[in-house]
Amino acid sequence: MKARVIVTLKSGVLDPQGKAIEGALTSLGVDGVTQVRQGKVFDIELNASSPDQAQDHLKAACEKLLANTVVENYRIEIM
Amino acid sequence: MKAAVVLFPGSNREQDAVRALREAAGIKAQIVWHAQTELPEGTDLVVLPGGFSYGDYLRCGAIAGRAHIMDAVRAHAARGGYVLGICNGFQILCEGGLLPGVLMRNRDLRFICKMQHLRVEHTKSLFTRAYQPHQIIKVAIAHGEGNYVADDETLKRLEGDGRVAFRYCDVRGHVGGDANPNGSMHDIAGIYSEKYNVLGMMPHPENLIDPLVGGIDGRAMFAGLTALSA
Repeated sequence: MKARVIVTLKSGVLDPQGKAIEGALTSLGVDGVTQVRQGKVFDIELNASSPDQAQDHLKAACEKLLANTVVENYRIEIM
Repeated sequence: MKAAVVLFPGSNREQDAVRALREAAGIKAQIVWHAQTELPEGTDLVVLPGGFSYGDYLRCGAIAGRAHIMDAVRAHAARGGYVLGICNGFQILCEGGLLPGVLMRNRDLRFICKMQHLRVEHTKSLFTRAYQPHQIIKVAIAHGEGNYVADDETLKRLEGDGRVAFRYCDVRGHVGGDANPNGSMHDIAGIYSEKYNVLGMMPHPENLIDPLVGGIDGRAMFAGLTALSA
């Protein structure tokens, strides 16, 4: 089974990297960008008997390691 | 007094910690590999040294914070054992759940390597008992992710309980503004656990124990630990 985990910063948490990218896009002449927030994407292959079981495994992966829930949110997409 | 310095793949300040313990406190420390599941018997103090454990992959300290040895370190801390995390060690303590909050990318995105003044907030802990209250000390900082972030409730608790150990300040002791190198909330450079037995800090006191390298303001921290020798 294939899945994608998306980890993003919680709103309100400062993201200096996103800010720098935002500034760079503006200086490159890309119009209309008002905000950039940087996150992480994990493409994961796993063995699971059902999407629900995969969801459980991935939730554990997020809580234990992939996200720091103090400042990050995560979203799981089973493909 | 028995001290253990944990070595993760990518740690690089472990010998600095060993030297500081030996020369400033007369403590012979043992290096412990991260894959071990137990600390040497009778360990009083665990030091998590600076460096770039696991290449800072995922998040600084994230993978090391979940290493096998960390279960033993958590149990040691829960028993009241002393733990000192310096720089990457502080990041590992936060990621490993021993201290609250998280260390984010520096406000200006740059890796900062320079001398920095700190204010010792109080001298009630073993780590700071050899300093004077509100003493201004000068030590080195060298980090890219030292921007301390925690939610309001956590900050309130840290402040209310006197758990801020060190704050960034200027040479006159003024805290905040330009004296804050990395954007840390409340100018925090180091914090304690609830029982003050775990200290995490971004600056490097272990590198300021010899006048040859520019100062000895780090010595008092290790001198304070000699109480454990008794």
